[in-house]
Amino acid sequence: MITHSHSALPGADDITREQLENGIVVLTRPNFNSPSVMVSGYLAAGGIFDPAEKLGLADFTASALMRGTHKRDFQSIYDALESAGASLGFSGATHTASFNGKALAEDLPLLLELLTEALLEPVFPGQQVARLKAQLLTGLAMRAQDTHEMASLTFDQIVYANHPYGRPEDGFPETVEKIHREDLIDFHKKHYGPQGMVISIVGAVKPVDAVQWVRAALGNWKNPDQPQPPELPALTPLVDSVTQKFSIPGKSQSDVVVGAAGPARSAPDFIAASLGNSVLGQFGMMGRIGDVVREQAGLAYYAYSGLSGGLGPGPWSVAAGVDPENVDEAVDLICAEIERFVTQPVSAEELSDSQANFVGRLPLALESNGGVAGALLNLERYDLGLDYYRDYAEQINAVTVEDVLAAAQHYLDPNKLAIAIAGP
Amino acid sequence: MPQTVTNITLSNGLQVMLKEIHTAPIISNWVWYRVGSRDEIPGITGVSHWVEHMQFKGTQQFPAGVLDKAVSRDGGMWNAFTYMDWTTYFETMPADKIDLGSRLEADRMVNSVFDADEVASERTVIISERQGNENHPLFQLGEAVQAAAFRVHPYHHEIVGDLADLKTISRDDLYRHYKSYYQPNNAVLVMTGDFETESMLARIQELFEVIPSGETPLRRARPEPQPRGELRLVVEGPGETAFVQDTYRAPAATDPDFFPFVVLDSLLTGPSSLNLFGGGISNKTSRLYRGLVEGELAVSIQGDLPATIDPFVYTITATVHPQRQPDDVIRAMDDEIKRAQDEIPSPEALARAVKQAKALFAYGSESITNQGFWLGFTEMFASMDWFDQYLDNLAAVTPEDVQRIAQTYLRPQNRVLGTYLPTGNGEVSL
Repeated sequence: MITHSHSALPGADDITREQLENGIVVLTRPNFNSPSVMVSGYLAAGGIFDPAEKLGLADFTASALMRGTHKRDFQSIYDALESAGASLGFSGATHTASFNGKALAEDLPLLLELLTEALLEPVFPGQQVARLKAQLLTGLAMRAQDTHEMASLTFDQIVYANHPYGRPEDGFPETVEKIHREDLIDFHKKHYGPQGMVISIVGAVKPVDAVQWVRAALGNWKNPDQPQPPELPALTPLVDSVTQKFSIPGKSQSDVVVGAAGPARSAPDFIAASLGNSVLGQFGMMGRIGDVVREQAGLAYYAYSGLSGGLGPGPWSVAAGVDPENVDEAVDLICAEIERFVTQPVSAEELSDSQANFVGRLPLALESNGGVAGALLNLERYDLGLDYYRDYAEQINAVTVEDVLAAAQHYLDPNKLAIAIAGP
Repeated sequence: MPQTVTNITLSNGLQVMLKEIHTAPIISNWVWYRVGSRDEIPGITGVSHWVEHMQFKGTQQFPAGVLDKAVSRDGGMWNAFTYMDWTTYFETMPADKIDLGSRLEADRMVNSVFDADEVASERTVIISERQGNENHPLFQLGEAVQAAAFRVHPYHHEIVGDLADLKTISRDDLYRHYKSYYQPNNAVLVMTGDFETESMLARIQELFEVIPSGETPLRRARPEPQPRGELRLVVEGPGETAFVQDTYRAPAATDPDFFPFVVLDSLLTGPSSLNLFGGGISNKTSRLYRGLVEGELAVSIQGDLPATIDPFVYTITATVHPQRQPDDVIRAMDDEIKRAQDEIPSPEALARAVKQAKALFAYGSESITNQGFWLGFTEMFASMDWFDQYLDNLAAVTPEDVQRIAQTYLRPQNRVLGTYLPTGNGEVSL
């Protein structure tokens, strides 16, 4: 039995990566300290394939996979899972459909069996699809009342006009209304397949067994007509700052989101931008933004900045929840901080603080099976190499204050910001 | 489940619980205080939570802004939570850095400054936190239901406090509350992770035992009288979605009825987990999901039975299906509850609930932080034994127990039934 009594960071010597003949990539790392196993992964079946009039189709399809298969109906699927104290779920994102499952190690075969059935043999029963549709539409009605979500959505529509990132992956009520059972069947038939699929298994299972199980379950899966995901179109840059308000009457608080498109994960300045973002709105109690907006001005319970990276240019933005009367003041403070961030380099101390944080927090981020499973998927998704976490400190510490300033100036222009507000 | 926990009380009354876990180079450090919204009277509701915020505003040794930077620089995660019965602070850090967490917890147990300017700026932050909550229909409904369920007991008010009090609580109110409850003899220190007990205990003694014990604070939550009939209420607000909260007076966590109630809840609404980190599992085979969601009366269903010092409430929350009315949901809920009262559940259903609880424990034990949470949490309303024996106690529940709980507790006389009625978009007159 392999044990990691004092697990080091994952690396090439303890991650097994195998690509099956049909294209599926299996990543696995054992952890016998825990009696459970985490199974995570994704397929190239994201919302980027959604027709505009049926936006939300990929997400709907992913959510419907477990509503019934050729072998089991909805209740039988969940009876098997829940009786074992296991879980499995699918969801849609822009580039991929993803899944997450966990079980006690003894129930891993069951988990993989259900995963395989859901991926290969879903039947999308009519009644279940109608039921799920009502649930999704209710979710969208609740979203329309959520100031935080509507501020983010409004932000995306400003920054990513005419770009897939401007379209919410769960769609709009009028587009989800138009999605029917046949659409799900067609989407599944066309887009679900082994090309681009990655599966990560972490926990109390030997690597050889994990790979063998995946091979036995999914090794023969084929979909020769599976299309390649389309290239992302170029972004249309903003020529001026744009402010948009989404009105939700009766609410006590407004949410604001301010920012622009940030780097893709593969951009050479991604790590410099991430460290800069930490200084701007993460480090300590949410960086400079938290200090100015929350600690000094007392304007918000939460105020931070986020940078998502990803396959394409995900958003780099500041978010805060404030009293509707204080929206203008909060936006001014945020814009002033962004201006300072792109005109003056961060201090050497600020940078070294964030560098120490990035390196120091890694063991905590990789403590649980779920954390490691997600980390292995990132290695594959962004082609980082199996020793990425071992070499991480070196990469982080190589960034200079000049690199951070250059990255900030590359992505954030104080005169070309998207400012989205949702509230009463 | 914990194998060996060192559990001792220092000379100043501070209880210390240490559990070595050598699976990752991480240590989680928790300090728990026996104070929460249960210790508040009208006029100072929300004071416990506000004190928690002030605990991040600095001491002479660690001024505001120094603490958070120090913890973050070392790659640590830290936070605090205020609940009805307790308030807790934790730092999870690389094992060789945990001394910082210990030093800052010892320091802020007694030395927080509560600077008047910081109090002023935090007032608007906390009001903003409350406004953020108010944006959510379920907060509005939950607050109204809880206030109706508790007329006398301080479980009456939300942890964040009433807006009126958040506007008027003074620096002195906060400081007095802090000085009354933040005593070593009113606290429990928990540490889990990659350390050696003997030397860690010596270090904890060195840092904490110098803090003198104080007068043990009175905890004087007034007992709630037995409810004398069903209460129904309606909250109106913006939106298109209706919600139902069906609540019943529930037993305290130390009541023998609590464990059969956990099983009943698991049958009705699915397994709940005690994990703060580690997640849960779905509830699609639970009776209420099958009856209400599969029956297309609701789009989601959830149950909640918190472990509390005094009897709190068991809550079933349903999101009403867009083509249905709240009354349809309430009727179907009542049918399922009647079934639980009329029929003895199968032994298989009980065995399944126990297996689910075991799996949830396994997921939660992957996190050293979560293991620290478990130890302190159970100490706040019971003791470590409660936690140690949790699975055994669930396994000992009989089908007859479950039926009896349904008959005893899920009665209309024990109930507050709340409905959130949406008034649409732009039509609300508040």
